[in-house]
Amino acid sequence: MADHTTTAGHGAPHGSHGDEGDSRRDFLVLSTLTVGAVGAGLAAWPFIDTMNPSKDVLALASTEVDLSPISEGQSITVIWRGKPVFIRKRTPGEIAEAKKSLGGDKDPQADDKRTKKPEWLVVVGICTHLGCIPLGQRTGDPKGDYNGWFCPCHGSMYDTSGRIRVGPAPRNLDVPPYEFTGDTAIRIG
Amino acid sequence: MSSEFKNPVIRWIDHRLPVFTMMEHSAVTYPTPKNLNYWWNFGSLAGIVLVVMILSGIFLAMNYTPHTSLAFDSVERIMRDVNYGWLLRYLHMNGASMFFVVVYIHIFRGMYYGSYKDPRELLWIIGVLIFLTMMATAFVGYTLPWGQMSFWGATVITNLFSVVPIVGDYIVQWLWGGFSVDNPTLNRFFALHYLLPFVIFALVALHLVALHQHKSNNPTGVEIKGDRDTIPFHPYYTVKDAFGLGVFLLIYLGFTFFAPNFFGEPDNYVAANPLVTPAHIVPEWYFLPFYAMLRSVPDNFIDAWGILPIIISAKAAGVCIMFGSIILLMFLPWLDTSKVRSANFRPVYKWAFWLFLFNYILLGYIGGQPPEGAMLTIGRVSTFWYFFHLLVVVPFLGKYERTLPLPESISAAVMAKESK
Repeated sequence: MADHTTTAGHGAPHGSHGDEGDSRRDFLVLSTLTVGAVGAGLAAWPFIDTMNPSKDVLALASTEVDLSPISEGQSITVIWRGKPVFIRKRTPGEIAEAKKSLGGDKDPQADDKRTKKPEWLVVVGICTHLGCIPLGQRTGDPKGDYNGWFCPCHGSMYDTSGRIRVGPAPRNLDVPPYEFTGDTAIRIG
Repeated sequence: MSSEFKNPVIRWIDHRLPVFTMMEHSAVTYPTPKNLNYWWNFGSLAGIVLVVMILSGIFLAMNYTPHTSLAFDSVERIMRDVNYGWLLRYLHMNGASMFFVVVYIHIFRGMYYGSYKDPRELLWIIGVLIFLTMMATAFVGYTLPWGQMSFWGATVITNLFSVVPIVGDYIVQWLWGGFSVDNPTLNRFFALHYLLPFVIFALVALHLVALHQHKSNNPTGVEIKGDRDTIPFHPYYTVKDAFGLGVFLLIYLGFTFFAPNFFGEPDNYVAANPLVTPAHIVPEWYFLPFYAMLRSVPDNFIDAWGILPIIISAKAAGVCIMFGSIILLMFLPWLDTSKVRSANFRPVYKWAFWLFLFNYILLGYIGGQPPEGAMLTIGRVSTFWYFFHLLVVVPFLGKYERTLPLPESISAAVMAKESK
C-alpha cells in the first residue's frame, strides 16, 4: 500500500487525470457508496426485525373461548393479545335495539355486519378515543344512555352493538377477527 | 473555516457547532504517515467491533431477563423464538472473541513498533485501561447466559478477591450481594455489562484525542517531519481500512455462520447448577494466559526464605501475579529506555519481542491444560519469562543494544525502498 500511494500522494487528486479520470472516479465512488448502503440496509434488517413479535408471542396470538357457561344478558371479558375482549350474550330486547338503526352518525354500521350470530356480540373492549376500557361489563356499572358501554375517561357512550353514539370516540368498538369452532365456542384471532 | 463546506445547511450548523470541521480534521484531511502497513488496520477494526458489540448487545438486552430462574431460558428463547435472535447472539458471542483477537494484535503491534514511547505514554496507558475494561466487560457478560461455565467462572473469579488481607471475605460478599453467586450477582453483572461498554467508548474517545495530538506512529518509528511524510487519511486510509474490514468480516462472519460455537464451551449450554461443578472448567480463550499465570505459583513457593509465606499465601501471590502482569504493561514506556522505537532497527529487541509473543501464546496454551506435571513446570517458566522480559530484558536492551541507523525521515525510508 505504502509503495503505491507515494506516487499519488502529492499530486492533486482531481484534474491530473483529465475528465475521463474524474468520471471513472465518480462511477467508482457512487457504486461503492451504493453497494455499501445496500449492505448496511441488509445488515440493519435483522436488528430491526428482532423487535417485531417473536415466534412465542405469535403462538399466543389466538385465544379460544368456551361460550356455554354464559347465560343470556351476561358479559365476560377475555384477554386476547394482551387486550380485553368483551363477549356479550345479548337479550332479544338488546338485539332488537341494535338492529333498529345503524347507530350514530359518526360511524354508522349495520348490526349484522358486526356479529356472526345475533345473540353473540364480540368486541375489543378498548375505547377508540384514547384507549381506556369502557364500563358496562358488570351489573351495576354505568352503561351510558344507550344501554351498552360508557367510557369513564371522556364520556363516550356505546350502544348494544358496541357502536359509538355520544362522546369524543371516533369509531365503533373494533370487532376482532373470530370464528365459531362449535355452537358455543369461538377462536379469536 | 465553515466556508469550506458547499452545502449551506452544513455550513450553517458548522459555523455554530463545528462538528463537521472536527470530522473533517480527524477523518478526512488528518495527516497520516504514508508508510503505514496492514498492522495499522487493527485500531479502526477494534472501534468497529466495539460498535457492533454495543448494537447487538442493546438488541439482545431487549430480549434478555437477568433473573436466575429465567436467564438461561430467555437466552434459549432468543435462539429459538426471537426473529434473527440466533444471529444477534452469535454475532455478540463471536464478536467478543474477535474483539480480543483484534485488540491483542493491536497491542502487540504497539509493542513491536514502540508506539508507547514518548510522547505517546498516555495513549498507551489509556489503551491498557481499555484492555482492562474489556476484560471486566467480557467477564460479567459471560455470566449472563447463566450456564454452568457462567456460574462457575463467576464463582472462581469473584473468589479471587478473597485474598485481600482481612477484608477479603467481606469484599467477596459485597461483590455477590449474598453468600454465593446468586440472583443479586446476576442482576448487578447485567447492569455493569450494559454500563462498561460505554465506559470503553469514552476511553476510546480519549485514546483518539491522545492519538491525534501526536499522530500515528509508523513502521520506521521516526516522527513525522513534514508534509512529505504524510498523506490525508481520506481516501488513502479509509480505503485501506475498508479493505481490511472486508477481510475481517469474512473471518468474523465465517465463524458466526459456520462455526458459531467454535470459541464456546459446551458446558455453558447446561443451565447453572450451584451444586455441581463441571469436571474441567476453563475461562474463555482470551483469559487463558492470565489464568496460567494465576495457577503457576507453587504452594511452597518461597519456603526457602521462610518469611514471605507468612505475609502472603500462594493463592494471594497467584492473584498478585495475574493482576500485576497487566498493571506492569502500563509502565512499559518507562521500562523501555531505548530511543529507537521500531523493532525494525533493533536487531536484538526484535528477537526478544518474538520470544515474548511466543511465550504469551504458550501461556495461553498452558492455561487451557490441566495444571499438572510438565504443563505446570512450563507454565512456571513461561510466567517467569513474561516478567523477566518486561522487568529485565527490556530495560537491559534499552541501555546496551546497538541499534541500526534510522532513516532520515519517513519519506526518505519510503523513497529508499522504492528505488530498490
